[in-house]
Amino acid sequence: MRHVFSVRIGPVGFRVGSAWRAPIAQLETLYADYPKPDVPDFSVRLFPARPWRRVIRPSVTIGGDFMLPDAAPLPLEQGLLAAEMGMNLQMALGQRRYLLLHASVVERDGRALLMTGVSGAGKSTLAALLAARGWRLMGDEFALLDPATGLVHAFPRLVSLKNAAIEVVTRALPEARFGPLLAGTPKGDVRHLVPDAAAVAAMDVPVPPALLLFPGYGFAAEERAVPPSEVFVRLTQASTNFVALGERGFDALARLVKTVPARAIDYPDTDSAVAQVEKLWAAL
Amino acid sequence: MPDPLYRMARAEALRIVHLDSFIAVFHRDSGLTHLLAAPAPEIMATLGEAGLSRAALAARLAAEFELADLDDAALAERLDELVACGLVAAA
Amino acid sequence: MGRAVSDGRLLARMLRTPGNALALDAAGWTALLAMARAEQMIGTLALRLDGLALPDDVARILADARASAAQGQVAALWEVEMARRALAPLGEPVVLLKGSAFAAAGLRAGEGRSIGDLDILVPWARIDAVEAALLAAGWEWVKPNAYDDAYYRQWMHELPPLIHRDRDRMIDVHHTILPLTARITPDAASLLVNSVAIGPGVRMLAPSDMLVHAAAHLFADGDLAGGMRNLWDVHCLVEQFGTAGLAERAAHHGLGAAVARAVRLSAALYGDGAALTPGDHACLRRVTARDGWGRATRPVTRLAFYVRSHWLRMPPLMLARHLWTKWRTKPD
Repeated sequence: MRHVFSVRIGPVGFRVGSAWRAPIAQLETLYADYPKPDVPDFSVRLFPARPWRRVIRPSVTIGGDFMLPDAAPLPLEQGLLAAEMGMNLQMALGQRRYLLLHASVVERDGRALLMTGVSGAGKSTLAALLAARGWRLMGDEFALLDPATGLVHAFPRLVSLKNAAIEVVTRALPEARFGPLLAGTPKGDVRHLVPDAAAVAAMDVPVPPALLLFPGYGFAAEERAVPPSEVFVRLTQASTNFVALGERGFDALARLVKTVPARAIDYPDTDSAVAQVEKLWAAL
Repeated sequence: MPDPLYRMARAEALRIVHLDSFIAVFHRDSGLTHLLAAPAPEIMATLGEAGLSRAALAARLAAEFELADLDDAALAERLDELVACGLVAAA
Repeated sequence: MGRAVSDGRLLARMLRTPGNALALDAAGWTALLAMARAEQMIGTLALRLDGLALPDDVARILADARASAAQGQVAALWEVEMARRALAPLGEPVVLLKGSAFAAAGLRAGEGRSIGDLDILVPWARIDAVEAALLAAGWEWVKPNAYDDAYYRQWMHELPPLIHRDRDRMIDVHHTILPLTARITPDAASLLVNSVAIGPGVRMLAPSDMLVHAAAHLFADGDLAGGMRNLWDVHCLVEQFGTAGLAERAAHHGLGAAVARAVRLSAALYGDGAALTPGDHACLRRVTARDGWGRATRPVTRLAFYVRSHWLRMPPLMLARHLWTKWRTKPD
């Protein structure tokens, strides 16, 4: 692997090896303020599927300790996205210490808000907008729940914003650093937001979860309580490693479900969503 | 199989958490989690490790849980489901 | 100090003499862990290094690997139990092969081992009844391709693969330990007769037969992929059971040369060394073709072994016909 980058994000260290310099250079720039691991937990590899694919219409195949056999490669211009997807893949398939929930996480007053749901429901966007309003960004892809303590650990990777959300967030966070605009990816236009200095500095401070939200687009702003059994099922579906963790995973999830209130919110626009979230938080 | 005995999994192998009208069951021997609603928890509580035939189970359910209107076909289906997921063994 | 070698021999050295690991630097550890993961041996490594004063990062990663392997074994042993329940009405015991057998019997070869599919051996005469019982208990066929199915049924040493519809786990039902088309034909009936009980309704092969199977699996059935783990199995079995009567048993199955080679290679990698032939050296090169990023290396060697393994399994004319048909029906 010609070019190598390594980074520690919260409790997890990665090394990314690449046949091309460009994605590594981008990672170095965007993660410049993050610490380095001694021995990384996971390796990601960006490589050409065939030798000529390194130079002719160069395309990046994503590999690493854990790989998906039929994953389609990305063009080299989207190498940064490939690296981020590679790190997601290692976590999804290989993480065995923390229970992973597909959720964004923000913190206020020493407690965490988790927002979970299907792709496109707005988890990343809401997390970024709340960060603009003074919440600490803990992550936009995975919530890391420690079965031993019940605390949520920060995992602040680059926040992945898509399509319309890019403009909304760049307007709301004029001082923030962003990665390049990646057009025409499998998910449309993608741009990455770099978590601010406060988020990176507090990366190693875990906090207890206090509210669980299931956000979704709707015609009118609505809110309902979600009963524990429904929360339990939805969270097992939102976790890639629940089964692999065995009883620890079960205990962690049961404890979360029984101790943390859960609400489903429908919102017509992001301003409305932010207002609903802050109102629910204040009422805790 | 003419009239099998249905046996519950060992009690020590079950970790049960009550959630509103469902119970979540972690089965240590399999590493699997099951979400059960009535009458599955009642069936499990009644069967025990010694085992009961379907007829004996039906009678006990009627007496202890007032589940007299659970017809035989429905009970057979519930038992099949519990056998398929491994919480109950049929011998 | 640190990494003197950058192929699978690094992993082998650490497994053979765990104390060597204390001399590794961060780069050496990183390479070792990537290699171990790629060879499906990180759980084994974690157990071998248990008790050593490890750097914090490494200790954490290996602790997670041990927990993961342990949970994987729970799931694998549950598949054994569900297969036992499905086949009990037939009066047919479950004869376990490979990793599931090692784990179920608490053998050294099973410690920290990752276990994939459930492999069982049943008599040829009962294969239809076994197939029916498994289908009735919730297993389904994996591949719908009719040609593969006919090929499997007629020539392979196992049913086409089955997967359980709820638990998503595979079971491979073997009736002998090498394909019927192979040039070597082990004595399947004798494997069953000599099997050993592990528990009610659950059996494993006799120790010598387990060694013969490991060698068959490594050389005559495969292209040496996964060889490092396979040879570790051989090493553990030899350590636990010795080699008394092994040569005779291997000869009986027509696998004398394969077993002798397996014993030499496992001694060279993990034991006290052995006198190796040129062919042994080529196999070792193939087996250790792994770099510090976990990538398979030495592509020419690997291709040579892939072609060789197919040649061993199928007579040349059949091989040509098989590859032609597969090429014809390949999508895109």
